[in-house]
Amino acid sequence: MMRRKLFFRSLAAALPFALAAVLIMHPTRARSEDAKSAPTEVRVDNFTFGPDTLTVPVNSTVTWTNKDDVPHVIASNDGVFKSKALDTDDKYSYTFSKAGTYSYYCSIHPKMVGKIVVQ
Amino acid sequence: MSKKKLFDPNPSGFIEHDHNNDGIDRRGFLKCMAWAGTGALCVIQGGVLKSYALGSQMGSGMKSHKRGEFSFVQISDSHMGFNKPANPDVIATLKAAVDKINALPEQPEFLLHTGDISHLSKPEEFDNVDQILKATNKEILFVPGEHDVLNDEGAMFRERYAKNSKGQGWYSFDKNGVHFVGLVNVMNLKAGGLGTLGPEQLEWLEGDVKHLKHSTPIVVFAHIPLWTVYPQWGWGTDDSAQALSYLKKFGSVTVLNGHIHQTMQKVEGNVTFHTAFSTAFPQPAPGAAEGPGPMKVPAEQLRSVLGITDVNYVQRRHALALVDSSLG
Ligand SMILES: [Cu+2]
Repeated sequence: MMRRKLFFRSLAAALPFALAAVLIMHPTRARSEDAKSAPTEVRVDNFTFGPDTLTVPVNSTVTWTNKDDVPHVIASNDGVFKSKALDTDDKYSYTFSKAGTYSYYCSIHPKMVGKIVVQ
Repeated sequence: MSKKKLFDPNPSGFIEHDHNNDGIDRRGFLKCMAWAGTGALCVIQGGVLKSYALGSQMGSGMKSHKRGEFSFVQISDSHMGFNKPANPDVIATLKAAVDKINALPEQPEFLLHTGDISHLSKPEEFDNVDQILKATNKEILFVPGEHDVLNDEGAMFRERYAKNSKGQGWYSFDKNGVHFVGLVNVMNLKAGGLGTLGPEQLEWLEGDVKHLKHSTPIVVFAHIPLWTVYPQWGWGTDDSAQALSYLKKFGSVTVLNGHIHQTMQKVEGNVTFHTAFSTAFPQPAPGAAEGPGPMKVPAEQLRSVLGITDVNYVQRRHALALVDSSLG
């Protein structure tokens, strides 16, 4: 318990820097989606998606990062996208080119569910 | 802690399994303690149970085998490839499980592995487990866990461990008058749901047991529990009730599962449900943590929350006795 709380706190502190680093590392994406400031990251942590509902503009690339000690698989309910098994710290990205609501889950822990709202 | 009584991961280590409806009173037939830290072994001799602390001098009478009696061992969740703080050395603990099996005074006739052999479905992880389990010199029967079918819908698993199985890897066999059924409930899982057997497998199961005599003892083994342990964490199987309905007519049904990395048992009518220890890492009791992930315990306690399950079948009583032993 203790360990996880501390971990959360240190992560919250590090998150802005991580996001800044992502933007620096992807200059083309940052430019082409200039006006976009909404986060496009989903943390997979403690068998939950955070946030469980994420709203993004069309053409956003959403990236899931697995922060658990066990693998997860990101899969849309109707087969639009599916990742390989993500080990600890592995990432999976998908670009949403059409507006709509995309429900997804972890195909090996199906109690884990989330939603990407693209508008 | 006390409110969790129902799900105490290792209440006393004793499981009684005896639910024949043939009028013979078997209360007290098996009562056996296995205590964390030392472990115990229980052996039936002519209907009388004897319990021995593991490592103590075994009585010579224990070695005699009664006709038609046999035992097998269930191991589970070896998660080869896992290397996180909850157990940085899953090779060592699987080897300890093998030592435990090899030291059993009643040698099991075979082993059942109830899945999550590997952590990431990698060939080298399966290779490592095969290599280590070879030291038991026993036939081993497997069903897959979700970690064994990660990227190929179980193709590699079936190729290695279930070549002659049906569908996605299910099968049955008979041993000493006991009918064993290995089921697969870790594939085609639906969003928001639990484990799934699926219509094709259910239909097969119905046909598989249809012509068996009611007195045939049945052992069903699968990875995810076939009873609802804790749906919030996915610890159950959506269509298990359907499967169990085909087994209602049998006097003795034993359901062996893994997945939850702790021992738990429930008796419901003619069915005894039991989950085994992992050989790799423990998971929290239902609801005892934010999530079901690997649980770190002090290093010196790790082996007390890992272990094996020894199952003894006593033909005269059509009963199975299950005994959990921790690794240390
Ligand atoms: Cu998952």
